[in-house]
Amino acid sequence: MIRLNRRTFIAGAGAAATLPLLASRASAADPLKVGYIYVGPINDGGWNTAHEAGRQQMLKALGDKVTSIYVENVAEGPDSERVMRDLVNQGCKLIYATSVGYNDFALNVAKAFPDVKVEMCTGWNHADNLSNYNIRFHQARSIFGTMAAMLSKTGVGGYLATQAVPEVVSGINSFTIAARKVNPNWKTKVIWINTWYDPAKEADAARALIAQGADVLTQHTDSPAAVQVCEKAGIPTFGQGADQSAFGPTMCKSSSLDLWGSFYTTRTQAVLDGSWKPDDTYWGFKEGALDIAPIVNVPADVKAAAEKVKAGWLDGSYNVYAGPIKAQDGTEKAPAGGALDDGAILGMDWLAEGVDGPLPS
Amino acid sequence: MRLKLEKRAEPSRLMLYATPVGAVVLTMVIGAIIFSAIGYNGLNAVYQVFIAPVVTVYKWQDIALKASPLILIGVGLAVGNRAAIWNIGAEGQYILGALGGVGVGILTLNAHGPWILPLMVLAGLVAGALWGAIPALLRTRFNVNETLSSLMMTYVAVHLMNYLVTGPWKNKKGFSYPQTPGLTPDQHLPTLIPGTVVHYGILFTLIIAVLMWLLMTRSVFGFQVRVVGAAPSAARYGGFSQRLTIWLVFLLSGALAGLAGIFEVAGPYGQMTLGFPQNYGFTAIIVAFLGRLNPLGVIIAGIVMAITYVGGDLAQSAAQLPNASKGIFQAMVLFLLLASDILVRYRVRVVTKAPRPTTLEAAQPARETP
Amino acid sequence: MSVEYIIAFLITVVGASTPILLAGLGELVTEKSGVLNLGVEGMMLIGAIAGFATMDLTGNPWLAVLVAAASGAAVSMIFAVLTLGLSANQVATGLALTIFGTGLSSLVGQGFTGHGIPTFDSIFPAALATDRFGRVLFSYSPLVYFAIVMVGVVWWFLNRTRPGLILRAVGENDLSAHSIGYSVIGVRYAAVAFGGAMAGIGGAYFPLVLTPQWSEGLTSGRGWIAVALVVFSGWRPGLLLAGAYFFGLLGTLELFAKAAGSGWTSVLPSEAWAAFPYLATVIVLAAISASKSAGGNAPATLGRPFIPSA
Repeated sequence: MIRLNRRTFIAGAGAAATLPLLASRASAADPLKVGYIYVGPINDGGWNTAHEAGRQQMLKALGDKVTSIYVENVAEGPDSERVMRDLVNQGCKLIYATSVGYNDFALNVAKAFPDVKVEMCTGWNHADNLSNYNIRFHQARSIFGTMAAMLSKTGVGGYLATQAVPEVVSGINSFTIAARKVNPNWKTKVIWINTWYDPAKEADAARALIAQGADVLTQHTDSPAAVQVCEKAGIPTFGQGADQSAFGPTMCKSSSLDLWGSFYTTRTQAVLDGSWKPDDTYWGFKEGALDIAPIVNVPADVKAAAEKVKAGWLDGSYNVYAGPIKAQDGTEKAPAGGALDDGAILGMDWLAEGVDGPLPS
Repeated sequence: MRLKLEKRAEPSRLMLYATPVGAVVLTMVIGAIIFSAIGYNGLNAVYQVFIAPVVTVYKWQDIALKASPLILIGVGLAVGNRAAIWNIGAEGQYILGALGGVGVGILTLNAHGPWILPLMVLAGLVAGALWGAIPALLRTRFNVNETLSSLMMTYVAVHLMNYLVTGPWKNKKGFSYPQTPGLTPDQHLPTLIPGTVVHYGILFTLIIAVLMWLLMTRSVFGFQVRVVGAAPSAARYGGFSQRLTIWLVFLLSGALAGLAGIFEVAGPYGQMTLGFPQNYGFTAIIVAFLGRLNPLGVIIAGIVMAITYVGGDLAQSAAQLPNASKGIFQAMVLFLLLASDILVRYRVRVVTKAPRPTTLEAAQPARETP
Repeated sequence: MSVEYIIAFLITVVGASTPILLAGLGELVTEKSGVLNLGVEGMMLIGAIAGFATMDLTGNPWLAVLVAAASGAAVSMIFAVLTLGLSANQVATGLALTIFGTGLSSLVGQGFTGHGIPTFDSIFPAALATDRFGRVLFSYSPLVYFAIVMVGVVWWFLNRTRPGLILRAVGENDLSAHSIGYSVIGVRYAAVAFGGAMAGIGGAYFPLVLTPQWSEGLTSGRGWIAVALVVFSGWRPGLLLAGAYFFGLLGTLELFAKAAGSGWTSVLPSEAWAAFPYLATVIVLAAISASKSAGGNAPATLGRPFIPSA
């Protein structure tokens, strides 16, 4: 009978600590085991669906050389650390943590298991075996902002935002700045609902924005609830993460498509051939990590304008963050002739001129 | 032939202790059947949820970590339920305890010294107790049902937490992500067993649980609580004030829940985020019942519940079981336990028909005996 | 504040109030018979997934409502058997029902995440709902009108019919009712089943009308508000209606406050608005309970198991 005392605890912990070593000796011959943790369900129709699609693509591209496990609905917090540790103890040598709330815990895991590579999506910590990856979502937002200003009659747009992290703030700013290039008096109203996935709340918030006078909507949340509300209310909208037009056949004009597949394939391959190095991967249209769903149900000039913006991103002639850029309070964030650099975008904590309402604080 | 329920002269002690065990075992059996029926490998599922955490040594630290708040809150609730007082708002008191501790932590972010952590723990304890005082006040002054008032205060606590974490207490250097600044090393609970996640809070939890057991079984207060719960009118004759008992019970369970809150923040979390509330306050109610409202039983029950949490996650990654199965197993345990409660108070008798009288006896009429 | 704004506001209020009104009516009847069922949240979630799944698979909203009601009633029978058949503790059993309902609905819902369904829209001709008043009066789902009608039905049942009188008698004095010859347990089973059915319909309202998608925990605690509402209303159907709309109003205030950014609603942080309904409940409970003796209008046997002597 096992006696539960301090000695056995430490012995047990020591034994556990050797497990990764055992696993690594085995992995030279076995396929690489890759672990994924998702913050929501894989069929949410948005963020997590896109990551899962990327994982499937990677599996297809790399075939026998990899196997993979995923865990859904992993709460942001210490539970995620426990789940990541479980994945490591089940033999994973590479972990993709796909939501910003895992940030600090991914660092803990990286520190505890130096021979495991951890890729943190939209994170900002650094370590020898910890890397961050992100998509230039703001590129797609700028297309939507352009279209929104052309489609709107009231000149007021609604933005369903989640938390005030740089990725979301940058999306709002890009949307607004692009819209203002078309309509200098454009206003964006924002609701911060502080959760990535809660269809009921998202629907309520969308309705509230419409009641406030917004006649074009877009969202940063993971489910298509807002799209459904817009379809009913006859409000043009843009989906996020995956093609959400099935939920809004006439009103969903396009959606941003997160294409994580090529990133996952590339990075996993790097671990396989030993060339992996920590990085701050930040891909967009050019690298094939981002795209927009086919534009439907808009006048020809709106579609043309949107395609022009996208082409501009691809050949470098369009940059929504090219100066002059002013914040809400009037301070100049980028001078005429200058532009915001990646650091400024990844750390964005101010709202641009034209956004109605302050950052939650 | 039928089953007859016969009331026992006094509750069966055997059944009292056997039924929780039986409930867990039966849950495993029924769970295996149900999950097999819906297409999963039922046996593997039950193995992953209930057995694997126990036999995998590196998982013990996770079980201890998860069990600690459940036990601490459960012990407080067990005391209250003995007095027939239903503190459903333990989750709110848990949150307030964490907020109280974090509040002190934010004030002392740039300070150093061994006095900081104890101060935070004290703040958490007091905050939890104060939040528990609200339903106590409402019950004693205004006769408001404490189940409802404590529950409503839980929601208020959640919104208060949301406000503080997204507003005045948000980490200014954290890229606007809604969380409080990370706790400094002085503000973290030290690790009890190096190399693991087992922290000192877990040790204190065990000590407090044992103290509560002593309190309930050996002290006048414990006696008072049990009498007030079992026979309120007798209690009044005995000079035990029900009002005072209500106050003490709420302050105690509020303080313990608050303590659990600050232990969680200063232990595994390291800061407050919006995802902090994990419904421990509600699960602890199951733990209190499973432990038969006895603090020592609560320790065991807390460990069992923690196993289902930890096992539930294992089952997800190892057996691809859905996340929801955790809640179902936990509810099943409670249902079966509640159902089996009847065996404690009643005996099951198999009653056969009385044998038919022989023709000789039927022929002779019964004689009256003088 | 334009008229459009007010209309949108009113329509949202009605949407927010209906589910708690439905579940509240069910719980009111249950409690009137002397049974305290805290499992409302769980039953609502079961009704929600049942309604959603039926709608997804058949496209027939009426069938979806029926299935939701039946599912809520079915799952309430677990509670009934435990508390009425085996004299288990009602508070603990109700809580277990909530946890069970949450878990079971999640499990079943796994297969339906990501599906969108058509909503259960108004059956009035669209022409009636074009002008402002028309929209405020006629644009709702049939469930909204059903809820309002049921307020009257429940009141009439409890106060003007013989079965209703029996139910109230059972709630006030189960031993006397038993000695007259009424089946206390039978009446309570029926009351619990009704409560389950109504909670099921209330839960189904969420996916069928508000958010035509499934997600876990769709009801976000409305079941608990319904329980509070019953006490809040002093077990009176008319006050229940008022209370439900009051809650709906407070909840909508929070949402519109968030959306407004600036304006009169930003006087308080949006989280304060969110906490309002709960604080208001507590305050009203204090006012009600204090003005009468123990528990006010509560049915005398509420929460106590029925133990016939000998």
